[in-house]
Order: sequence, then structure tokens, then C-alpha cells
Amino acid sequence: MQGEAMAELLAVEGLTKTYPGVVANQEVSFTIKAGEVHALLGENGAGKSTLVKMIYGLVRPDAGRMRLRGAAYAPAEPRAARAAGVAMVFQHFSLFEALNVAENVALGMENPPPMGALAARIQQVSDAYGLPLEPERRLGDLSAGERQRVEIIRCLLQDPKLLIMDEPTSVLTPQEVETLFRTLRQLAAEGTAILYISHKLEEIRALCDTATILRRGRVVTICTPAERSARELAELMVGEALTAPARRDRPRGAVALEVRNLSLPSPMAFGTALAGISLTVRGGQVLGIAGVAGNGQDELLLALSGEIGSAPGTIWVAGTDLAQAGPNARRRAGLVTAPEERLGHAAAPDMTLVENALLSGAARKGLVARGFIDWPKARAFAEAVVQRFDVRTPGVGVAARALSGGNLQKFVIGREILQDPAVVVVNQPTWGVDAAAAAAIRQALLDLAAAGAAVVCISQDLDELLEIADDFAALNGGRLTPTRPVQGLTIDQIGLMMGGAHGLEVAHHGL
Amino acid sequence: MLRLEKRPNPSRGWTAATPVLAVALTMIAGGIMFAALGKNPFEAIRIIFWDPLFNPQFASYSRPQLLVKAAPLILIAVGLSLGFKAGIWNIGAEGQYIMGAIAGAGVGLAFYPAQGWYIFPLMVLAGGVGGWLWAMIPALLRTRFATSEILVSLLLVYVAQAILASMSLGLLRNPEGGGFPGSRNLAQYPAAANPELIGGSGVHWGVVAALVAVIATTILLQRHILGFQVRLAGQAPRAARFAGVSPNRLVVLCLGISGALAGLAGLFEVAGPAGQISIDFGSNYGFTAIIVAFLGRLNPIGILLAGLLMALTYIGGELSQFLLGLPAAAIQAFQGMLLFFLLALDLLSNYRIHWTARGGR
Amino acid sequence: MDLTAINPSLLVASLMVAAVPILLAAIGELVVEKAGVLNLGVEGMMVMGAICGFVAAVATGSPVLGFVGGAAAGAALSLIFAALTQFLLANQVATGLALTLFGLGLSALIGQGYNGIKPPLSGDVPLGPLADIPLLGTILFRHDAMVYLSIAVIAAVWAMLKYSRAGLVLRAVGENHEAAHALGYKVVRIRVLAILFGGAMAGLGGAYISLIRVPQWTDGITAGAGWIALAIVVFASWRPWRVLIGAYLFGGITVLQLNLQAAGARIPVEYLSMSPYLITILVLVIMSSGRGRASTAAPASLGQHFHASR
Repeated sequence: MQGEAMAELLAVEGLTKTYPGVVANQEVSFTIKAGEVHALLGENGAGKSTLVKMIYGLVRPDAGRMRLRGAAYAPAEPRAARAAGVAMVFQHFSLFEALNVAENVALGMENPPPMGALAARIQQVSDAYGLPLEPERRLGDLSAGERQRVEIIRCLLQDPKLLIMDEPTSVLTPQEVETLFRTLRQLAAEGTAILYISHKLEEIRALCDTATILRRGRVVTICTPAERSARELAELMVGEALTAPARRDRPRGAVALEVRNLSLPSPMAFGTALAGISLTVRGGQVLGIAGVAGNGQDELLLALSGEIGSAPGTIWVAGTDLAQAGPNARRRAGLVTAPEERLGHAAAPDMTLVENALLSGAARKGLVARGFIDWPKARAFAEAVVQRFDVRTPGVGVAARALSGGNLQKFVIGREILQDPAVVVVNQPTWGVDAAAAAAIRQALLDLAAAGAAVVCISQDLDELLEIADDFAALNGGRLTPTRPVQGLTIDQIGLMMGGAHGLEVAHHGL
Repeated sequence: MLRLEKRPNPSRGWTAATPVLAVALTMIAGGIMFAALGKNPFEAIRIIFWDPLFNPQFASYSRPQLLVKAAPLILIAVGLSLGFKAGIWNIGAEGQYIMGAIAGAGVGLAFYPAQGWYIFPLMVLAGGVGGWLWAMIPALLRTRFATSEILVSLLLVYVAQAILASMSLGLLRNPEGGGFPGSRNLAQYPAAANPELIGGSGVHWGVVAALVAVIATTILLQRHILGFQVRLAGQAPRAARFAGVSPNRLVVLCLGISGALAGLAGLFEVAGPAGQISIDFGSNYGFTAIIVAFLGRLNPIGILLAGLLMALTYIGGELSQFLLGLPAAAIQAFQGMLLFFLLALDLLSNYRIHWTARGGR
Repeated sequence: MDLTAINPSLLVASLMVAAVPILLAAIGELVVEKAGVLNLGVEGMMVMGAICGFVAAVATGSPVLGFVGGAAAGAALSLIFAALTQFLLANQVATGLALTLFGLGLSALIGQGYNGIKPPLSGDVPLGPLADIPLLGTILFRHDAMVYLSIAVIAAVWAMLKYSRAGLVLRAVGENHEAAHALGYKVVRIRVLAILFGGAMAGLGGAYISLIRVPQWTDGITAGAGWIALAIVVFASWRPWRVLIGAYLFGGITVLQLNLQAAGARIPVEYLSMSPYLITILVLVIMSSGRGRASTAAPASLGQHFHASR
């Protein structure tokens, strides 16, 4: 980016952190120079967030050292990090919807100037960096991209030397991404270093000077992204050569699930509305829907599970219009779902596994007769799930919250699969789950498809989708790209679909 | 310093122990309060808890009163507990109790002086419906307008009390009562009366109803899908939606059931122990029932025991008033303390307490 | 019915007096709810303030000390609520109710033997010639100190919430306690302080009833004023000046129906006396149905448990 050699800003040496049962970071070392845009790349569980928490003072390393501008750097809490000139914009914002922009910025500062002066400063900084913001506007009225600007301005007003950004573009529209990149380049030109955590390979190649790639807590390589292709970066992240998926020769049955032009406002405050979603899934087919969080996955699942009703004629299962049907009517019709949030949504944390089996299985497994619960049958169902899916638990009488993440996820997915559905829709089925359990879950989904069911898998994990899906679509800003067969799909094309191009007409030259 | 850590499994042991512990702590604190009032604490505690049951001088009078006082408390509390479990707060049971009494008494008096087996059952029906209707107001306002059922049901208590006064002085006033406020005495009108069923035991139809309610609710909570939905909605609202529970339907059902039961309690009381509609008919059962519901840990059997305990404190309180000159308000304060201790101890079933050195991370 | 017997300026003056207790309790509860806590124990704190204030005034002969005592009693009772809900994570609704029940019982206990006693009287604030202005004089310048103080409290709370750092942090805690905690603010400490303030205000309001408005002590003298105060906070959309309007409105209805009764209105007494409550319900429905929860400015964290999981 610049002609002369850049001074070293942050040096990380041998940073290690272990939690009971898992090594989050092992001997991680890299350097960030002043004015450099440095990417941190890795999949779920690679150790990115733990590493960054150590740099920001939220977590203390077990071993290793850090140096900031030559001096020893070991922040005891975020306040110390901020005082040393390190600022961070989190993926989940700490913002207050009912307050205005100036008030939100003031709350994030140690000693804010009086409101009048602060508003002027905000105006000044936001104009200087091309992040237009009006200090008087209520935060709740701002889009996700504008809210992120508030977080960034909050950081900029403290004059940081190192700005850490955690998955910043997951909530941005393509135009907002451009605006953000311009800002970051400007900051870098002025000497501020940027540590950029992201999944999005194309963006990293476009923006970042250097990339540190983590896998399973270790540094795999430090490279220049522009010199590598997206595919190479993906392979370094995942750790193996990505082979084209083998031909699947599962016979396709009749159309099991059809969504026609589904549009829906989001029930959540920070949510994404769905716009004109259409898809078709046949028996025996696995449809993978990719998309980074915040693009409508939760809303799509709520619409499919029946927790939100949609306009008549938008959701069909085996020829029946289920758009206005509730969750249990849909289960009876053969459509089951598994939400992303294990504790609190898919399962009640304080209830036993038997009760949680009843929660979703009542309709299809005949667990309720004339209003009365058949507890022995429910128990048997829970035990069957535990047996079949190797759920490690002392018994079915324990509360759901006592199970580990992986085991609970096996139970939750297994519960749906054992209901012998015609269509199953899962959202992030292996999120936060260890490799063995993840493999078991994916295999179970494939087996279900082989038995003739239609499977829809919504996931952020490209690897997983390429492994199990026959067809592929991307969810972006509430819209779904047209479906394409996975076979013959390149990583570049996938990245584009996820990155915001609606349809693949966008030319991909020079990439 | 203290740190709270959520237990992986709710502790069964503590869940059973906390009410007992709360009672014990309240006795101690209450004893201190009595001592501050200049009474011998041990004697006071004995008079309140022991004498009404076992002292030969008083027991024959007090023991039947136990069931009389406990029945409305249990009946109302059982209804309330369903809603509370689901996070639906019916605070206006007192108002529903009053309206049920008025409705039932009104029906009974309309038939006066006819005799017929059908009169009492009709009154019972009217009582339930009266309470149910009064509870439907906050229910509908909540489902249609998202208005807080806490405030609406509460404010309606004052309205109900005003209606009670109006009825005592107007529509339901006894024409042969010499101009005094109050209705005809229903307990003396055989077709409408709610008499003592077993001599000397205090058992009347209200007691039977309370028992039936306890059994029915136990079955409902353990074996019926509605009971499961109630528990689920209170614990994990998102999971309840996932399971197909309709929040609005639950609100209407829970408020309806608790209103109907409170109305029934009112009817049994006005046709039995109280006897007539009068300005001071409302005896705060509706509010005390809230304490009973929590003391019983929102569990029907627990409520049965808690209701008996509360009734004991009422009767013992009257006795202590008589024997020691202890003011009636002391018992109310005592009951409030009981709820405090219970709420304070409640967290032990779900959290473990750790002592950590300062600055641990 | 002789409506000419109702003097409009006296009516307005008396409604301002009638409104003071609810106003004080409501503004206190507003601060508590702005911090994200729902304290249903307002009635209990008010009645405790009423009796303790009364006892303090009678014992010392000074109405000022009476008010101090009332505020202190309300605050002390609210401390129990704070301990249970903020440290022991008890359910806020149940604890608030327990507070009310306990307060009613304890106050009746303390009040034994104080029935029928007259408290030391507080006079009106001498404002000289201002008090003699026709109409306006009666309405504005012939009140005791508490009426003016209550308006001052509203102004102070409004200014604090809108302009001060402390007010900003309080609002932030009520909006999103997770974010406030992440930013390093002491959520529990702020909430406890807010709860104490609410208790003191409720106690002050209760003391006003027993020392000035009635003035004497009987069991349950507050007659639901605490619940009306809770409703007024909702009516006011959690905005301080609207609390003033709501309290005066309610005070006005109360006073009007009393005047109508006295003037021999043909409407039966009971219906008049239930009118304030019915109108409050109506107002609540209008407020909550109107524009959805977000626009009614309820603090987003209201009533939720906060347990720092770090």
C-alpha cells in the first residue's frame, strides 16, 4: 500500500489459551504493521474470536507475549486496551435503540465531551471518513449498516492505533461494504492498522494486505491474499483440497416442499425481511442454503416452521397450502424443522429430554391422546433418539441444559429425523459442535434423504454444504439466489452468490 | 465475594426444602416482631400454630374453621398458579371473587322464596361465570390491545368493591332488613344455602370444590398437554412457540380458569360462611391466595398444604388477638414475611452459591 | 343537583393537592422503570411512608421530620425489594406483590393506637400578595410546600434524565442491560440506587396523604393510590412531564367525583367512586394499543432478570 517500510505496531508471540477440553489457541504468532490491513481468516472454531479477545483484554492468555509499539502489552480489561490505542467493533453491537446516535457514542467513551461539542465532533469525523451520520437520529431508526457506523465512530473518536473489526460485512449491503472499505483504506493510509476478521474470501482479497490463516487454534500460514485465489484461501482454511462432490444418484421423488414468492417482514428488531423467496425441493434431494448470519436465515426458518404465518399460497407441502398453518399442523403434514438456537428455542433448557421429545414429537409420534400425554411413549421416543444418535447423557430424565452442545444438537436433530418426516429444514445444524458429532449429524441427514425425504440445510459452513447438498442457493439480504446444482460449482461462484450478486450474471474476470 | 452459578439440573432437594425453611425463618423473624410488640415470642408462636389444632380448650372450635378458611384460599390459589406458571399475572382474583359472589347471590335471590333442587347448582354456575367474565376483561384487553393484565385486573378489584357496595345498598338489599345494607341471608335460605356437610368438620361444598380443583389441576399439570404448555410457556417462550402454543389462547384460558375458580370461591363463601352480600364481604382472600400460590410453589399439592398453613395463621391470629391482644395486622405482616423468605430462598434450587477470592476470572 | 356549588378555581387547587401523592409515587416509579425494573410494591411503600411519616411527625411535633421519616421508610422497604430482585434474582412481579402485602400489614401494625390522632399541621407557603390574585391566586399560590416540591421533583428528574451523564447511563441500563454491562457500567448498582429513589418518593407521597391530604391515619389510607401511580407511568409513556399531566388528570377526576357527590348529583355514589379506576383502565388500553410497544417508549429491559454471566 505504501512505498516506505511500515513500522511494526502489534507483535503477537506464542499466544496460547486453553479451556477445559479444548485448546482455543496454540502458539499463535504474527505481526501487524502500522497502516496495514491485516486479515484473520478461519472457520468456526478455528480460534479467531479467542485470539482477538486476548488482544482486546477480555481474556488473559495462558502463555505468550504481546508487544505494542515495542512496549510489553498485556491488557487486564478492555479499558486498558482502549487506553493503549486498541479499539474493537464487535459483531454484536452494544447499542441502545431508544437513544440517539450522540448518546450511544457518549456511552461508549470514557470521558465524553458535553453533548453539543460531541455532536459537532461526530459530524466532523463522520464526514471526514465518509460515514455520514446525524447525531440526533434515534438508533432504532438506523439500518444495520448505519448502526455499524456508530460503533466505528465510537472507536475513531478515541484515536485508535489498531482497529479490530469482527465480521463487519455480515450485516451490510454491497453499497455499504464499498463505503466501509473506502473508510478503512483511508484509515490505513493515515497510519491506523486494521485487524479484519472475516469469512468472506473475495472481500479479503480485495481489501487486505496480509492474511493470517488459523485452523484448529494454530497459524497455518501468513500470506498475501491478493496473490492467492479464493479457492486456495478456502483450502488453506479448511485444510484439505476441496474435491468436487461425488455424483449423487439418489432418485428424485415428487415435489415435497415448495415456496412461492415468500415475502415477510421480520419479527425481530435487528432482523432482515424476506423478499420474494422461491424454492422447490423434491423427495431424496438435499438443498443447501448458504449465507452468513443476519441475512434472513432465522426469518426463513420461522416462516417454514409455522411460528410466523405467511401469505396464503406461499408455502406448499405435498400439494397442500400450509402458509397459514401452525407448527403442529405442519408437523402432521410431514414438515419438521430444527431452529438454530438449541437452548431456548429448539429445546427448553430446564425441561428433561423426555419433555423436550414431547415438545416437537407430540404430533407425529402420537404422544398425545385426547389431550392426555402418553408419558411412557414419550419416554420411549426420547430413549430411541438417544440410542440411535449416540447422545451422551446419564439418562433421558436430565434437563436439556445439562448436555454438552454437541450432544444436545444430536438430540435435537435426531428428534426431528426419527419422526419420519417428508421434509426436514435445519438451520446451522452443526454450529458450535465438535467434529465427530458434526459428522454424525451430516450422515444422518444424508441417510434421511436416501430414504426419500427432502432436506433443506441452511448453514454458514460452506464445507458442510458442499459435502451434503445436491443443490445450492445463497440467502443474501433476505433474497434467495436461483438454485444451482452443486456439481460443477466453483468456490468463486459460491463466494459471489453469498457476496451479494443476485444471480450469476455478474462477470467474474480478474478474480 | 459471592458468585451465583446456574445449576445444570434444578435441585430437587432444595425445591422441597425451601418452603419448610421459609416457614422456619418466618417463625424466627415473626417471633422477633412479636417480642418487639412486647409479647412473649414463644407463647405467641405456640398460640398461632399449635393451640388451634391441639389445645383442648380451643381445638373443637378452631379445627373446623381451618377448612372453612382454607377452602377459598386453595380454590383461588390453584387457579392463579396455572397463570403464574405461564407468566400470566392475575392480580385481581379478589375482584373476580366478589363478582362471582354477587352473580351467584343474585341468581339465588332472584328465585326467593322458591324451593327447588336446581337453585343451588344454578347459583354455582352463575358464580363461576361471574368470576370468569370479570377475568375476561383483562384477558381480552391483553390479547387485543397488549394492555398489562396486572394493572387491569387490579384496578377492576376497586371497581368490583364499588359494585359490591352498590349492590348491598341497592339491588340486592334485603327488603325486610330494616333499611340496613346487606342482602338477605343466603345461608338461611335452604335452597340456596351452602351448609356444613359433615357436622363439626367445617366441610362445605367449597371444601369439596377445592379438593376437586387440587386433584384436577394435578392431573392437568402432569398428564394433560395444556399443563405441559403452561409450564413451557413460562419457562421458554420461544420453545413454546416452536411447540405450537398460541400465547393468546393461553392467556384467555389461564385467566378464564382462575377467574372462574375465584368466582366459585366467592359463591361458596357468600352462600355459606359469610351468608350474605354486604359491604365488607371481600375479605382479601384474593390477595392472600397469591401468597398461598407461591408458598405452594405453584404446585397443587403444595398449595393444598400452604392453604392449610395460611388458614392456620388466620385462626391462630384470631386466637392470639383474643388471648394476647396481638393486633390482626401482625398476622398480615407475618404472611408478607413468609412470601419474602420464600422468594429469597427460591434461587437455591436453581443456583449454586460460590465463595470466590476477589478478582478471580 | 346544584352545580353552582362547585367553585372552579377551588376545584383546580384541590386537584393539585389530590394529585401530589400519586405524582410523587409515579415519578419515583418512572425512574425505577427507566432503569429497567418493575416494582409493583408502590402501594406498600406508600402506606409505610404514610404511617412512619405520621408517627415521626407526631413524635417530634415537626411535619418536616414527618416527611423525612416517610421517605426513609419507603426507601428502607424498597431495599428489601432491591436485595431480593437484584442480588437474589427473585421474580420481580412476585416480589413487588409481596412488598405490597407486607407493607400493608406492617403499616397497620405500626399504626395501632394512632387512629384518630391529629398530626402537626403544615401551613401553606406564605406568598403574600400573590395569593390574593383572583382565580390564579387560589390555583397557583395558596399551596403547602409539598405541592411546589412535587413539581420541582418532576422538573429535576426530567432535567437529570435528559441532560446529565447519570441520566444517560440510567436510560442505557434500562434499554439494554447486556450492552451496558459490556460497556463496563455497573448495572446492579445503578438499579439499586434507582429503586431506593423510587421508594423514597413513594414514601413521601404516602406521608403527604396522612399528614396533609386527609390528614390522619387509618388502615389502608392509600386506597390503591400506588396502583394508580403505576398506571400513570404507563400513561405518561415514561416521560416525566406527562406524569404531571396524568397525576393531575387523575386527581381531577377524583376531586370532581367527590364534588359531584357533595353537590347532590343523581348518579349513585358507587359509580362515581369507581370512575377514576375505569378511566385509568381506558387510558391504559388506549396507550398500549396505539402504536405498539416500541413507540410507547417502555424501556426494553423492563422486568427482565440481569445476571452477569462473566
